[in-house]
Amino acid sequence: MIKGTVLIDRDICKGCELCIVACPQESLGLSKQININGYRFAELIQDNCTGCVNCALVCPDVAITVYRQPKSAIKRAG
Amino acid sequence: MEQEKISNSIAGQKTGEARLMKGNEALAEAAIRAGIDAYFGYPITPQSEVLEYFTNEMPKRHGVVLQAESEVAAINMIYGAAGAGGRVMTSSSSPGISLMQEGISYIASAQLPCLIVNVSRGGPGLGTIQPSQGDYFQAVKGGGHGDYHLAVLAPSSVQEMADFVFDAFRIAEKYRTPAMILADGALGQMMEKVVLPEEGSLPKTEKPWATTGKLDSRDRNIITSLFIEPERMEVINLGLQEKYKQMQSEVRFEEFALDDAEVALVAFGLSARICQKVVDLAREKGIKAGLLRPITLYPFPHDALSKLSEKVNFMLVVEMNAGQMVEDVTLAANGKCPVYFKGRMGGMIPSPEDVLKELESLVEKQSVSQD
Amino acid sequence: MEIALETTTAPTINGFELVYKKPSTLTDTPFHYCPGCGHSVVHRLLMEVIEEMGIQEQTVGVAPVGCSVFAYNYMDIDMQEAAHGRASAVATGVKRILPDKFVFSYQGDGDLAAIGTAETIHTVNRGENILMIFINNAIYGMTGGQMAPTTLLKQVTSTSPYGRNKEAMGYPLKITELLAQLPGAYYVSRQAVYNVNSVRKLKKSIEKSFAYQKLNKGTCFIEVVSNCPSGWKMTPVESNKWLEENMFPQYPLGDIKTPKE
Repeated sequence: MIKGTVLIDRDICKGCELCIVACPQESLGLSKQININGYRFAELIQDNCTGCVNCALVCPDVAITVYRQPKSAIKRAG
Repeated sequence: MEQEKISNSIAGQKTGEARLMKGNEALAEAAIRAGIDAYFGYPITPQSEVLEYFTNEMPKRHGVVLQAESEVAAINMIYGAAGAGGRVMTSSSSPGISLMQEGISYIASAQLPCLIVNVSRGGPGLGTIQPSQGDYFQAVKGGGHGDYHLAVLAPSSVQEMADFVFDAFRIAEKYRTPAMILADGALGQMMEKVVLPEEGSLPKTEKPWATTGKLDSRDRNIITSLFIEPERMEVINLGLQEKYKQMQSEVRFEEFALDDAEVALVAFGLSARICQKVVDLAREKGIKAGLLRPITLYPFPHDALSKLSEKVNFMLVVEMNAGQMVEDVTLAANGKCPVYFKGRMGGMIPSPEDVLKELESLVEKQSVSQD
Repeated sequence: MEIALETTTAPTINGFELVYKKPSTLTDTPFHYCPGCGHSVVHRLLMEVIEEMGIQEQTVGVAPVGCSVFAYNYMDIDMQEAAHGRASAVATGVKRILPDKFVFSYQGDGDLAAIGTAETIHTVNRGENILMIFINNAIYGMTGGQMAPTTLLKQVTSTSPYGRNKEAMGYPLKITELLAQLPGAYYVSRQAVYNVNSVRKLKKSIEKSFAYQKLNKGTCFIEVVSNCPSGWKMTPVESNKWLEENMFPQYPLGDIKTPKE
């Protein structure tokens, strides 16, 4: 299983939740705290992200940067 | 004598050679010679010949000509093309110019150089197609929303219809402002001798602010009139007002027989031609009359009129409207001498005799009051 | 695996490769749009295509009056701000002066299909070689949620408080189908950004449009059926669901006119 991760700019995020519903792994959820604009922001709530980029594609605020395990690493690990 | 073949293409004509031309066509030919990149227009009497001329000539020479779907579309094409760095022009007549007012306000705020020609016709409303000067206020005071002005030149001959195209573009590009030629249906339709300006004799100006595609070497250019923060919007306004102050140096007017004048006529455009005749007729009757003709309606020859008001017994302003420039003349005179008005409306043109009669009665009334 | 949450665009983190980041053609200004609004997704896709095609220096955009009036704060290209409804006329002026540059106009439904209808129809009828982007969210967003020409029947807005009724307020205007009839329209498509799949498809549509623009064969026109969480008074997630159930029947997605290759 490919592993990946996301970096979410908590101050840009407006808590619209579109990434949360777009994530096939249900890796994302809304934070308990609020950001400087008063929004609860999206964050990783599970470590099962596959770096599929869905969340970043639907994010209206370009708040998400996505990283993914390179294929070569998986072969070695597999 | 072998009939010298007159080339129908005026382009081929040697410079300096006089030619008989209609005002609208002299204006268009001068614009091509001024090197315009594009003309966007819409048919409306009495100036459709301008658009027709461009559609005939530009394909053979250079420049884009586009008949838009409305004057509203045309002025917004001007905005886009001027913002992209083009030397561009539109023309219309009173009702069409009214449709352009919103666009012109945007152009003034975005500081885009361009030429707008109003070949005015009698109004208000659909009005008539006969000449009028009823758009003076709209042209001079800024006919759209907000505080702004256009540089406004008022030709009174076919020669000036051609020459002022060059002057208007020079001013527009020097100050990054829309400029207007305020003519009328008679000037547009009449034919007179004209010596056309030399092709290409108006140098292009640098427009680093234009949206020509963001180069790596510079930040992006944005053409806008939107400044949502009032602090910013005021700074933009202060800049415009500073520009208009600097533009005062472009003021132009002409004086006839004013050296020894005891009474002065003040008139622009077509009315000024009529008043020139009145000056001659009056002098034949022993009335020392003279004429001051504003050429730039904005900047207005305020100082010249102020000085004149100290010298003459009264001023008679003659216009083809209900009295518009007379207000500015009165302001310039500032009570130093009486300012009277004689006008015709609805597309009627005052005759020299009409004006002379008015002048004589004013002289008489004035001399009676002095006894 | 705890990763520092502040954004970085380092090529790798703990051996993971960067696979998605913000395009360089977007400025650093955060979007002002309401949470979940589709506008900024379209902005990003537009700028992604411009970045990938390497035409940042060749492109001039025209922003409208509407929610996207500040589009030029986000798009790092030369841009012009048009009067309400006149973006396609402004774009015509730009393209006629700069025929070799890529030019696009970006408008909302009020701007393009109400006040700007004449400009819209005649720009396409002239086959101006520009890309016209039309965001249809069936409402005037910036001014506070009023009815638009594309507002659906029975849809409640601040100026159709009892729901739009055809007797008084006429029908939702399918301007895109109208425009597709015009020979000047070279490529006409209706897309959306309500889910991942539609976002991918819209990007392809934009890529095609810029490719077509080089051929000088006519106007490319993309309608994006989009949401307005604030105007519709729904959450972003609900708005995309409502859009799917109510907007798509009236405004079916897909290419409406494609050039015969």
